[in-house]
Amino acid sequence: MSGSYKPKVAVYKFSSCDGCQLSLLNLEDELLDLAGAVEIAYFLEATRAVKPGPYDIGIVEGSITTPHEEERIADIRHECKLLIALGTCATAGGIQALRNFTDASRLADNVYPHPEYLSYLTKATPISEHVQVDLEIWGCPVNKYMVLEAIAALLQNRKPNFPPYSVCMECKRRGAVCVLVSQGIPCLGPATQAGCGAICPANGRGCYGCFGPWPGANLESLTPALKDLERYPGETARLLRNFAGYAPAFRKAADSIKE
Amino acid sequence: MIEKIEVPALARVEGEGGLYIKLKNGQAEEIRVDIYEPPRFFEGFLQGRFLQEVPDITARICGICPVAYQMSSVQALESALGITISDQTRLLRRLMYCGEYIESHALHIYLLQAPDLLGKESALELAAVAPEVVRNALRLKKIGNDLLKAIGGRSVHPVNACVGGFYRWPDVEPIQALLPELEWGLEASLETVRWAVTLPYPDLELDYEFVALHRPDEYAVYDGEVWSSKRKAVSVDEFDKVYLEEHVRHSNALHSRTIDGNPYLVGPLARLNLNHEQLSPLAQKALKESNIKLPLCNPYKSLIARAIELVDAYETAIQLVKNYQPTGKAYVPLALKAGVGAGASEAPRGLLFHRYAVDAQGLVLRARIVPPTAQNLPRMEEDLKSLVPQIVQLPHAEATLTAEHLVRAYDPCISCATHFLKLKIEED
Repeated sequence: MSGSYKPKVAVYKFSSCDGCQLSLLNLEDELLDLAGAVEIAYFLEATRAVKPGPYDIGIVEGSITTPHEEERIADIRHECKLLIALGTCATAGGIQALRNFTDASRLADNVYPHPEYLSYLTKATPISEHVQVDLEIWGCPVNKYMVLEAIAALLQNRKPNFPPYSVCMECKRRGAVCVLVSQGIPCLGPATQAGCGAICPANGRGCYGCFGPWPGANLESLTPALKDLERYPGETARLLRNFAGYAPAFRKAADSIKE
Repeated sequence: MIEKIEVPALARVEGEGGLYIKLKNGQAEEIRVDIYEPPRFFEGFLQGRFLQEVPDITARICGICPVAYQMSSVQALESALGITISDQTRLLRRLMYCGEYIESHALHIYLLQAPDLLGKESALELAAVAPEVVRNALRLKKIGNDLLKAIGGRSVHPVNACVGGFYRWPDVEPIQALLPELEWGLEASLETVRWAVTLPYPDLELDYEFVALHRPDEYAVYDGEVWSSKRKAVSVDEFDKVYLEEHVRHSNALHSRTIDGNPYLVGPLARLNLNHEQLSPLAQKALKESNIKLPLCNPYKSLIARAIELVDAYETAIQLVKNYQPTGKAYVPLALKAGVGAGASEAPRGLLFHRYAVDAQGLVLRARIVPPTAQNLPRMEEDLKSLVPQIVQLPHAEATLTAEHLVRAYDPCISCATHFLKLKIEED
């Protein structure tokens, strides 16, 4: 992808809050340049104009939670050369995947007067469980500069430069005091992928893992240590079973807890 | 004559929805604002979670107005626990809300609705002919996001608000460093009002029941009493005794109506019409100079109401930033007990009501959330019904755009609405 050819980009939404798509529109200083570097061919939140596929880059927000979404993602994979899963819903199922740990029909009964009219899957799943994904960008919400870096890298035909460390590193780098060590506050920072800028510890609270598990995480050690610090019963399990709770490493760690 | 108007996927709205109008002899026979957004079961997930997790979880209902969800939920839970927050906390929450109004309103005015009024498909297309307008719009929006970041760490799903107050007082310096940009934004928002009144809005004057929070001493955003243009005021706690949800089968949605069956309107028009006397001084001046006759009853003109609220948000933010000097603890420690509490605030799109029951351990027993877009759905359909006779003779594409524009003017937040909407995915 070089020269004067402008790659065609499509942005799709599945089950989600729109916050990760919004991060594209929140690139206020870069948006117009971005729109000059790529052709925004399909992005319903931003424009009525729809240009037909195939597209060079497909950006997918949200998780797969209905039979219709299952079909749609397969079609989208066919029309996109490269597919990016944007945000923790797309990479791990997101908050919707909390249904996976319970009986989804019970949730439906609790919330809706006539659950029999609903069409939903009993499990909410990441995009990669359905089709091949070329790049995952984690975060609830994503860091908009990581999205920009991903697009820039694709345009320059190189690998995106994402932080290879955990939230702890970002925390130290900004000079924040460790809430886990100094105050005994349960924090998932040691096991969570960097990218947010360690904003939770910097605000005096523990990390809640919204950027998903860091590949080097040692959850076998961290989980029992967090158990000892619980401020209310079941805190560690709830911390793990949250926005990235269906990510395999967090799932396994939560399953290992004996309440 | 047009027989059918169909917009299978609405663009420039938050979430996934469609529009379907079937006509017979120039009258609307069937009107549906369809919701495709899948159910997300938030009230179900909240059961059994610890109450301090609630503001983090409810924020995920909507990426555009997460602060509104955090503010309504912390107030409801504080009420359940019988906690009174400090004045400083209330003012900082109010400031955070200014940030959300700024980013959300600037987004809607310029990027979502204005393209309809200027004959463009998007703000990007607009940027090709009027780059300065779009650049200023993005700068106006960014200031709101920067304010949210300075207070809450990030603009989408900020992390600092909690039940009882804030986890930590945000540093003074990064907040006060925003003053020059906020001053620029105030000027640009006044310019936005002057520009907004010149746009070519479709004619449509409707008889609304306006519902919004009200306070005698300030433009109600963070809290207040529930006011209506057609009935007496009630407390937030009594909200769901007067404003009810009913199950309407054709639309696959729960719709809100008043106790006597009227659809009602929440959002910027309702707030402006009920609370214009409480606007900040420059917002009142802008309103006066714009020569708008109140009540403003044209749904397309909610853009003007948003522009005036943008002035209020900037002017209020400047005052709050100048006075921001936190002292003491940032939060009231929680004394857990069983209880039930309600809270409401004015999300950019309108009144957002939450009610929770918690047990003695602080675990959520029941959650109930009534988002603004769900309350406005019956009103949207009524508005479309009134619009139909004046668009049937138009070319089909123009009629479709006029109907679509009407829905867009509501700034519908479909992700918000659906977590509780009753819906059915129609299989073809």
